[in-house]
Order: sequence, then structure tokens, then C-alpha cells
Amino acid sequence: MAFLSDKKIEELKKTANDIRKDIIRMLVEAGSGHTAGALGMADVFTLFYFHILKHDPKNPTWEERDRVVLSNGHICPVLYATMAHSGYFSIEELKTLRKFGARLQGHPHREYLPYVETSSGPLGAGLSQAVGMALADKMDLKEDRKIYCFMSDGEHDEGNTWEAIMLAGKNKLNNLIAIVDRNNIQIDGNTENIMPLEPLADKWKSFNWHVIEANGHDFKALNEAVEEAHRTYEKPIVIIAHTIPSKGVKEWEGDYKWHGIPPTREQGEMALKELDLNR
Amino acid sequence: MLNPNLKLNPKVFNQDVEQVPIRKGFGQGLVIAGEQNKNVVALCADLIESTQMNLFAEKFPERFIEMGVAEQNLVTVASGMSAMGKIPFCASYAVFSPGRNWEQIRTTIAYNDRKVVIAGSHAGISVGPDGGSHQALEDIALMRVLPNIDVISPCDAIQAKKATIALAKTKKPAYIRLAREKTPIITTEETPFEIGKAQIYWMPDVGLAQVGIVATGALLYRAIIAAKELEAEGIKTKVMNLSSIKPTDNEEIIKLAKETKAIITIEEHQIAGGMGSAVAEVLAKNYPVPIEFIGIHDKFGQSGTPNELIKHYGMDKDSIKEAVKKVLKRKV
Repeated sequence: MAFLSDKKIEELKKTANDIRKDIIRMLVEAGSGHTAGALGMADVFTLFYFHILKHDPKNPTWEERDRVVLSNGHICPVLYATMAHSGYFSIEELKTLRKFGARLQGHPHREYLPYVETSSGPLGAGLSQAVGMALADKMDLKEDRKIYCFMSDGEHDEGNTWEAIMLAGKNKLNNLIAIVDRNNIQIDGNTENIMPLEPLADKWKSFNWHVIEANGHDFKALNEAVEEAHRTYEKPIVIIAHTIPSKGVKEWEGDYKWHGIPPTREQGEMALKELDLNR
Repeated sequence: MLNPNLKLNPKVFNQDVEQVPIRKGFGQGLVIAGEQNKNVVALCADLIESTQMNLFAEKFPERFIEMGVAEQNLVTVASGMSAMGKIPFCASYAVFSPGRNWEQIRTTIAYNDRKVVIAGSHAGISVGPDGGSHQALEDIALMRVLPNIDVISPCDAIQAKKATIALAKTKKPAYIRLAREKTPIITTEETPFEIGKAQIYWMPDVGLAQVGIVATGALLYRAIIAAKELEAEGIKTKVMNLSSIKPTDNEEIIKLAKETKAIITIEEHQIAGGMGSAVAEVLAKNYPVPIEFIGIHDKFGQSGTPNELIKHYGMDKDSIKEAVKKVLKRKV
């Protein structure tokens, strides 16, 4: 992980903006899919794929690569768009999202797109797969490689999530870093109305994790959080990234109704115009 | 007579036939698999003695993970370990795994194509006194319906050992069904075992069989005993061990139906969706013959001794003989 200069931050901002535009375009083209979480996590994904991750888009099966587990598979438009921008496949292919025969399935599937580490969609099972990866690496004393798990706040409702949290704490998996998209929404409403999660940081702490909170749209703060995670021993690490759902399109920001729907063509054009102003 | 080509246990008809729990063969096989391949790892949900995983945990403590009572985590963590090149075996009671964690098995193992072996112990009604809550009668159906997963139900401890060793060497995910009770030893170390192969264990001394008996798991022993008694009564049968429920040996099943024109299936499982259903699917399409199904008829179990329960739910030797006679009458 290299130093994050101000110049690099400006580049990342531009890339994240381009990724947001592609997310809009692909969702409009697909006619279905999840908008809010994908737009909300664009900054986090950009930072990871363009600054943090040890990976090689031209050699996706490189053994020493860091592993990325996307637990909340429904935000895959941001994963696909970020992967395309980092060179795994063409940006043109993004238009095939959710289409018959496409590699970009509605929720990620390894059989169709082998570049993803896990097939996902059903919530609450990603962290435990990441725990399994981290355990295997600990067993083999391969601790340089990091296991990153991107997960949602809503999937804390799932019991499986807490089973994974417990086991990682027990086994002191400091090669495991969970990144929680704390955007406070899920399909049916705001998380604190559906199933209150707060005090979320205290919950993770009490399960023997090292907890870091950061603004999920501040590249410098996020980068510092990851640096702190890398300096942590004896505990698994969770970065609670506070994000704004649908970030970048003012009219949609914060509204849970955008969780599981795509923009219409007109709404998409309006959003693209707004994002164009950031150039 | 016992199939002379398979080197089966010649003492199987003795009163004092050796009896060993099927799960013990799993435990022993896992140790051997662990010796053969350092990537074999074991995960258990707080039941190491019951599932006989303690044998592996004692020998390879650094490759054993105690999961606590968390079956959803059990299989998903195993999936993650498999992604890093490990060959994980996960053990619990079948009611909990694959019972409680079915969707996790579907998504993170079968759909995700990760080599994980799920061992479900205490399957069937013969769990006995623990009662209906702990008697898994649906696990074959739950696993059989998933694409990309093999389903193996060994007939005794020796076969369970061989199946476990074999499953550590295949690429596909698998479910292995184990029973709690001591089960008579039918096979020997020399008896061949192959995933996907059905075998005829009992056959007429001369001539063709009139009824084909297809059994899986511990009830195979009762099927062989029944077949021997039926022979004395002048009814010739063949008994097939269908321990490999999936992949299903369609060819051997069709061959048996063509010879006998009447089949009965025997399993400690719900009739709906179980091994008998798999046989019926093959025959309905390829060679329809009358079939009688021995198993649980849409009920839950209860407490009792294994023998009491097997008799009560119609899976004992006499019920098998009755079913053979019934299907004989249905022959066209």
C-alpha cells in the first residue's frame, strides 16, 4: 500500500465519478437491480481497487492476490463497474448486466465470472466465507495476504453474520478485514426502524474485534482506516464505513426506496447530467 | 446367496455378527484421508465424539476447527477454506446439517462449486430415544435436489470408511449420511466401493430373481436377512446396495428392473424425495415396473429403541418380506 497523495485522491475522485456513471448506465440498461448501495459504495470500491488491493487484473488467478468477498451481492453493479475500470474486462461489457447468457449475473456467480471469489446474493454468508479464507491462510502461515469482506449493515439481521463474527474473534484473525457499508437503509426502510443495530461499533467490540469508524466518502480517512487495520495484531478488524445511499445523485441520496430499484431512462439521464458537473 | 464377487462378510448371517456404528467408519476414514492429504481439514459443530471427528481432532489438532453450535457458520466457513485449497469435512447431526443450513450449502457450496464434504450423523429413525426432533428423515431429499453435489449413504462402518477416503479425492461437493446405532458389518476391507456404482449384494443361487430389492444405509442388513428367508420360502430376489444415491447408477437399476419386473426400495427416510424416489425417477422414464416403497410415510418419528421404531414405522424384516410379496402380486 503506497502513500496516498492529494494528486492521487483527485484521480480517485474522478474514477469514482466515472464508476457511478457506469452504474447508472448499466442499471438503466438492465431495467432492474439495486441502485442505492452500489452508488453509496463507489468511493470505497474505487479506493480498494485503485490503491489498496494487491491484485493483478491481467492475472486474476494470481495466487498471492488479496481476496475480496462481496457478501451483499446485490450491490454488484459497483463491483462490476470497478472491476471493468481496473481492467478485468471491458467497460462495454457492463451493458450486459442481468442479460441472458451474460457473465455479469444479477448477483455474482463464479461459474459465469470466475474473477469473483464467491457467488453471493443470499445475505449473511459472506463474512463466514471470508473467515474460512483467513483461517486457511493462518493455518498455512500465509498472513501477508489479506482477506477483505465487503458487507451491508442490513445483513447484521442474519444470525449467520454473528456466528462468523464470534468465530473470527475467537481465532484472532488479524488477516481479516470486514468493511461494513453503514448506509442505514435496507429494502423495507431505515435499519433502525426495521431492526435496530446500534450501538453497532460496541457490538463488534464486544465480540473481540478491532473497530474503526470512517467516513465512507473520504478517501484519506478510509485509507487511514485501512492502514490502522494493517497495523492491528491479535484481532480481526472491522471498518464501519459511514456512507450515503445513492451518493452522488442529490435527489435520491438517503432514500431507502432506491435500495432495490433501477433508474428509469429519464431518471438516469438526469443523474448522469448531475454527475457530469463533477468533471 | 451373497454375491461371491464382492468378498462380503461371510459371518453376516451369524447371530453374533460384528456390529459397529457407521459414523465410526467415517471417523476412521477421515484420519486416513488426513494422512493421505495435508489439505484435508475438519470442522465440527460441538459434536466431535458423536460424529467421531474426535479421531481426526486428536491426530491433527492444527487442522481441526471447533465451530461451536453454529451449523450455518460450519458450512460457510468450510466453503471459504475450500476457496483457499483446503478439503474441508464438516460434521454435525443431519437434522442440523444439512437441515438448518440448507440454503448456505446451496449457495456457498453447491452453487459456488466449492469442494466441501458435509457429514450428517444420527440420520434416520434409529437415533431412537432422542425422539423425532433429532431423527433426520429428510436429508437425502434436501441434498439430492441440489445440483453439483454427490449423496452417499454407506451401509456399514467399513463402507463409510472407504466412502470418506474416496470423497476426499473427488472434485465435487458431497453429502455423506451416517447413522448412530451399531450396525452389522456386511462388507469387508476387500469389498470394492466406487462413487456412482450400485452393487448386487444378494442373488439367487440359480436362475433369475423375481423381485429386485434396492436398499441404502443400515437397512441393507435387514434387506439381506429378508432375502435369505424369502429364498427359503421359494421367492428369489436380488438385493442392491444403492449407497451412491447421487450420482445414481441408472444402468444397474434399469438392469435389475428388466430382470425382475418388480422393485421395492428401502430407506430410513421419508418416502417423498428420498432414495426410492430417485429409483422411481429412473424407472418411470426408462423401464416402468411396479414399485413398493419402504420408509417413513409422511410422519415424524418419536422416542423408542431403534428396533421398536423400525418395526413401528414398517421398515423391519417382516415388513420388507410383506412388501416383496405385495409387489410380486402387482407384477403384470
